[in-house]
Amino acid sequence: MKQRELVVVGGGPAGMAAALAARAAGVRDVLLLERDQHLGGILNQCIHPGFGLHHFKEELTGPEYADRFAALVKADPGIEVSLRSFVVKLTGDREITYLRPGAMEDIKAGAVILATGCRERTREMIPIPGSRPAGVFPAGLAQKMVNMEGWIPGREAVIVGSGDIGLIMARRMALEGVTVKAVIEIQKTSRGLVRNVVQCLEDFGIPLHFQHRITAIHGADRVERVGVIRVDADFKDIPGTAFEIACDTVLVSVGLIPENELLEMAGGLVDRRTNTPVADEVNLTSLPGIFACGNAAKVYDLADSVTRDSELAGRMAAKYLGAAV
Amino acid sequence: MKRVMTCIECPQGCRLEIEADGSRVISVTGNKCKRGDKYARQETEAPLRTLTTSVLTRGLELKMLPVRTSKPIPKEKLLDAMRAVKTLVVTSPVKAGSVVAENFLGLGADLVACRPLDKL
Repeated sequence: MKQRELVVVGGGPAGMAAALAARAAGVRDVLLLERDQHLGGILNQCIHPGFGLHHFKEELTGPEYADRFAALVKADPGIEVSLRSFVVKLTGDREITYLRPGAMEDIKAGAVILATGCRERTREMIPIPGSRPAGVFPAGLAQKMVNMEGWIPGREAVIVGSGDIGLIMARRMALEGVTVKAVIEIQKTSRGLVRNVVQCLEDFGIPLHFQHRITAIHGADRVERVGVIRVDADFKDIPGTAFEIACDTVLVSVGLIPENELLEMAGGLVDRRTNTPVADEVNLTSLPGIFACGNAAKVYDLADSVTRDSELAGRMAAKYLGAAV
Repeated sequence: MKRVMTCIECPQGCRLEIEADGSRVISVTGNKCKRGDKYARQETEAPLRTLTTSVLTRGLELKMLPVRTSKPIPKEKLLDAMRAVKTLVVTSPVKAGSVVAENFLGLGADLVACRPLDKL
């Protein structure tokens, strides 16, 4: 079995920062595995500005932020990037099996950094009753469709959840000519950044309904309307406040779930409630030599914070490996 | 006349209080940095926004190229700019920062690529 010093799983902002920091701290051999055909991870679909204000002291879009790191990674002879490479197995003693075009590889790593990010919570997890017509999308999936594939998911949309992804997609859809009828938020305030409420909703006159929830999605083949009701401080429905909104699309932006299936497979402890690694401090897992960083370790608000903490993970791995600068 | 707004220059989102006579700013308070002062004045006089969107490509490795305006453009021009973006197709490889459309809509801002894209 081929031996590698450090293997980083995931080529988004976390994986790239961890790989570069590990190299700077003396690690000589880094293998960076990325399942997509490009580095950058979710930043590639985050085409809006707001990235880099802390790390680069200037405002960049997601792809620009990713490109700066990708250029450094590609220029580093000590980092081998393997694209279209999907890890299917990880063991507690750091044996890794991954698929790449035309081959299945088995390697043994001195240390592993898991930078696998998150997946989206879906309609089924809230859950929203009603029929199951076409036109209900997780907001991040819709973001990829609009920004990277050039498909517009519908004409009249309602957005469930006022986290940053929901707010940013409200603006994105409005710019693309979609009528965004409302953003529905069950809490009293938005979990998103205040600037996103201002520049994504107020700029486009999109109503934001706090303390409201979707009671049902209606439609035969395609979404036709949603039911909405006001809730009290205990999230109980307030009788007499129900109304309906006609729409053909519902975007669901109700949170992210860290992807830690590889860690679980290796026997690492994962918190059932948050799906994050159980460990003494950020970036560690319960398994020696296996680290986790970025949104796989905890869900961040800012990519800049992911970079900062993931650099720390790279240095922790270097220390574990006994690397000397 | 007093106006309250949230600064959108950075994720802190300062609450700004602006004393203004129509679109003439008299004083700005509540900002934690000098960008807030500039934002409040600009937002009161003539709001600007950076447009980011994607442009269709042909023969390149991704179907869409993310682009941005090289500097903020008037807020009321955003939808006009989106309509103009729909008429563009990028067919040559680009680097991050390559100009896709010069002096876009005559607004004094270029439309620039946000990432490199090679031939398919």
